[in-house]
Parts: sequence; C-alpha cells; structure tokens
Amino acid sequence: MVAVDAAKHPAPTDGLAAEAIHVENLHKKFGQLHVLKGVSLSARDGEVVAIIGGSGSGKSTLLRCINCLENPTSGIIRVNGEEIRLKPNGFGDSIPADRRQIERIRSRLGMVFQSFNLWSHMTLLENVIEVPVHVLGIKRMDAIAEAERLLARVGLAEKRDVYPAYLSGGQQQRAAIARALAVQPRVMLFDEPTSALDPELVGEVLKVIGDLAREGRTMVLVTHEMKFAREVATHVIYLFNGQVEEEGPPEQIFGAPKSERLKQFIRSIG
Amino acid sequence: MSATTPFAAVSAARSEWLQPHRIVLIAIAAALVLSAAIFMRWDWLPKYYDLALLGIWRTIWILAVTVTLGFMLAVPLGLAQAAGPFWLAWPAKAFCTVIRGTPLLLQLWLLYYGLGSLFPQYPWIRQSELWPILRQAWPYAVVALTLSYAAYEGEVMRGAFAGVPRGQLEAARAFGMSPWKRFRRIWLPQAIHRALPTLAGETVLQLKATPLVATITVIDIYAVASRVRQDTFIVYEPLLLLALIYLIITGILVFGFRKLEAKIPSRLG
Repeated sequence: MVAVDAAKHPAPTDGLAAEAIHVENLHKKFGQLHVLKGVSLSARDGEVVAIIGGSGSGKSTLLRCINCLENPTSGIIRVNGEEIRLKPNGFGDSIPADRRQIERIRSRLGMVFQSFNLWSHMTLLENVIEVPVHVLGIKRMDAIAEAERLLARVGLAEKRDVYPAYLSGGQQQRAAIARALAVQPRVMLFDEPTSALDPELVGEVLKVIGDLAREGRTMVLVTHEMKFAREVATHVIYLFNGQVEEEGPPEQIFGAPKSERLKQFIRSIG
Repeated sequence: MSATTPFAAVSAARSEWLQPHRIVLIAIAAALVLSAAIFMRWDWLPKYYDLALLGIWRTIWILAVTVTLGFMLAVPLGLAQAAGPFWLAWPAKAFCTVIRGTPLLLQLWLLYYGLGSLFPQYPWIRQSELWPILRQAWPYAVVALTLSYAAYEGEVMRGAFAGVPRGQLEAARAFGMSPWKRFRRIWLPQAIHRALPTLAGETVLQLKATPLVATITVIDIYAVASRVRQDTFIVYEPLLLLALIYLIITGILVFGFRKLEAKIPSRLG
C-alpha cells in the first residue's frame, strides 16, 4: 500500500509534460477524524493547480501532505516521478522512511505559508540565503547575489537588512516568496498565502504570485481568492469533506459547475 | 533626526544626560567616596593589594567557568524537558527540581565534605592522575556552582525552547533542513534570544552565589575581605570595598548582556 519502488513509476511517455506532483488515494486521519478520504491530485510541469473548498474540507492538509509536513495515513506521493518512501509510524500514520530522501525532496519544493514563517532572528537577506547556503550548499557569494535579485523582484531590495518583525504582512509574505524562489523550486506550494493579510495588502502578494504563474512556474495553491484562482489556475480542484467533489479547468469549475455543493460554495463566496 | 549633524546630536544627548537631578546625585556620590577615603582607614590596602587582585581574578574565573559550563548543560536539560521523550524529560526535570529545591550551600558542602572525604578512601583514586586536582577545593566549587546554574538555566531554556513558535520550525522542516540543522540554525538561536533577559539576571545571581566557595577554603574576593577583618579587626572598609567590587562586576555583566540583546530586535515574530 505504501512503500513502492520509484522505478516502477517511470516518467510518462504520452507526450504531455512530466508530472511534477502526483498524489494518489491519499488518506489522512487525525485520531477519529477522517480528514482526507482518498484524494488524488496531479500537477504537470507548468501547471497551476488551485485547491479550493470550505474550511475543514482538508485542502491545507492535502497540501501539507505533499511534502510530508503532515504525515499521511496512507497513499502514494510522487514528486518529479520519485515516490516518497513511507513506513508506518506505529500510530496509524505513515512517515518518511528515508530522512535524506524527504529532506532532498523538500529542499526543492518552495513552500509559502499562511503565516509567512520567516525566521524572525534573521534579516530578509539572511532568510533568503539560509536554505541555499546551509541546505543546498551554494556558495555564500552566489547565494547573496541571487537573493538580492529575488528581493528586488518582489520589490524589497531596500529592505534586505531589515528583520521580518519590522515589515508589514504583505512585505513579509513577498519576502517569504523570495525565500521559496531561492531554492529554485521545481514546484511551489502555497498554503493560503493571503489569508492572514489585511485586505489592502492582498493585492501586492497576489500580483507576485500571478507573475510567477504566468512565467510558467509549477504551483499547487490553496486559496480563498476565487477570482485569483480563476485567473491564474490551469486546473481547479474543489474539495468537500475530504474528497474531490469536482475538478476541471477554471472556466468549467467557476463558469459551469456541475455539483450542487460547488454551485452553493461559489455562490456563498461571491 | 536626519536634519541634525552628528555633533549636534551628541551635544543634545549630553545636555539631556546632564540634568540637575543627575548632577546632584553625582555630587552626593562624590562626597560619599571622598569622605570614605578621608575618614576611614585604608592603610591596610597596600598589604593586601596582591591578594585582593588574586581574589577578584578567582571570583571572575569561577563565575565565567561555571556560567559557561552550566549553560552548556542547561541547553540539553531544557531541550530534554521541552521536546525529549519521557525517559529523558523526567530525569532532567528531576535534576532541575532537586537542585533548585535545595540550598546551594548544602550542595557545595555535600560535594566537598561528602565526596571529598569519600575519594581518599579509594586507593585507585588517590593514585590516579586526577588526584592532585581532586584533593583541592576549587573543583568542588566549580562543580557545585555549575550544577546549580545548569538547573536554573535548564528551566529557563525549557521555557525558551517551548516558546519558539511552531511555524518557525515548520518552515525549516519544509525547506529540507535536517533535525540537527533545524536545532542549530533556528531553534537554539531563537531560544537563546528569548532567554537572554532572564540569563542576564541569573548570571548576576550566580555572581552573588560565588562567595559561598569561601566556605570550602577557596580564596575568592570575599574570602580576602574576611581575611583582612580577621588580621586587622577592620570591619567596614573591606566590606565596603567588597560591595563596590561586586557592583562593578554586576554593572559590566548587565552592560554586556544589554549589548548582546540589542544585536537582534526585541520584537520576535
């Protein structure tokens, strides 16, 4: 059910772009609570997959299972064709069987959190070079040059020596995006990146994410911003109660939803 | 602020500092020092000068060594309690509780008179290379003070480790840091920074605990003051000087810790 040799799952040869993220039949239980009930998800290179759904639908849990921040109960997770080897942890969940493998995979998945989670004892520049220098082993000089470029790109060049606590939420989140970009991620994971922001700061962050999407970055995005999801996503997944209720291209999901629940969800969110 | 020149800023700061009430206080302090110098007996000073310097050096040395070693012990003690499995957390908790729950003087005497009288009964200890060290008093002083500092700081570090927000460590995990790297790069620095204000206070308390070593024949600055009193029957002058010396060391400690704290902004996310 879990540990399956990665070699049995070669890259697809059907002419489509390679699969960057592949999740199959994912289950997650928190004690008695069955949060994910057999969810599958696929993101090919260059795709932007948006996961939407009401609170408690399991969308954040699904995203956090991709890099095993949350230990799945069962299921198959493949990143760039490489299956994450899992083993039972004795408490009903599966944990990564090979620490080095999961650390290597994580280091190329740029994750952006709802609450930013910039390291508060480091300046922005130190935040951005931390993983390249100390995990990926890139030379400090090169990492700094790249970090300056990325900070400039998100409009924070002049804030490089400032500590996160002195920045607005929008600035912190843009810096967090720069930090995620610094690992040259194959896939970027966004966990409700604008949910903790004041309304007037949402725009600046969405603009940065939108630019990244348009430049062909592969992303999996959990969001409440329906208008934004419609604009940038290539594929939308609507989760309800731990299951995929409906999925498809954004025009179909937002324009012609089939499921009654999805219709209601879109109406309620406006 | 940007409009004023550096010189104007400096002179403004100076005039702000030299306010009337401060001038009065300085005058009173100067008068006190002067009257102490004129009306009290200081003729014993030259004779005990060298011994006093040695005593100050011993006090500072004991403080520095026990604080350093104690802190190195406090980190695992705190970590074990904050995040360790129960078979590590429980002994750490027990150690901290026992040491913090008993007088330091008692611990010092238990070590010195207890272990110190136990060791000579074993020939293999007496014949070992360590014996020349073990037969002196200072190793017992260093061990007792180190354990005491470790226990108090272990408790402080437990709170500091537990207080680092989950998201900080989760971000480190999400970017593929190994457990050791997460600890070294994120968890420990943030915990230390959280603990710094408390550490400063505990270190001053540790300084004021050092005179206890005089009770087991270690000649620190306190022991020197006692020696002067016994030799010359002069009571107040050595004690006043002793108070001044402890005050100065405390001032240096507080200043140093404040500099350290200022290095990182106090608003942790």
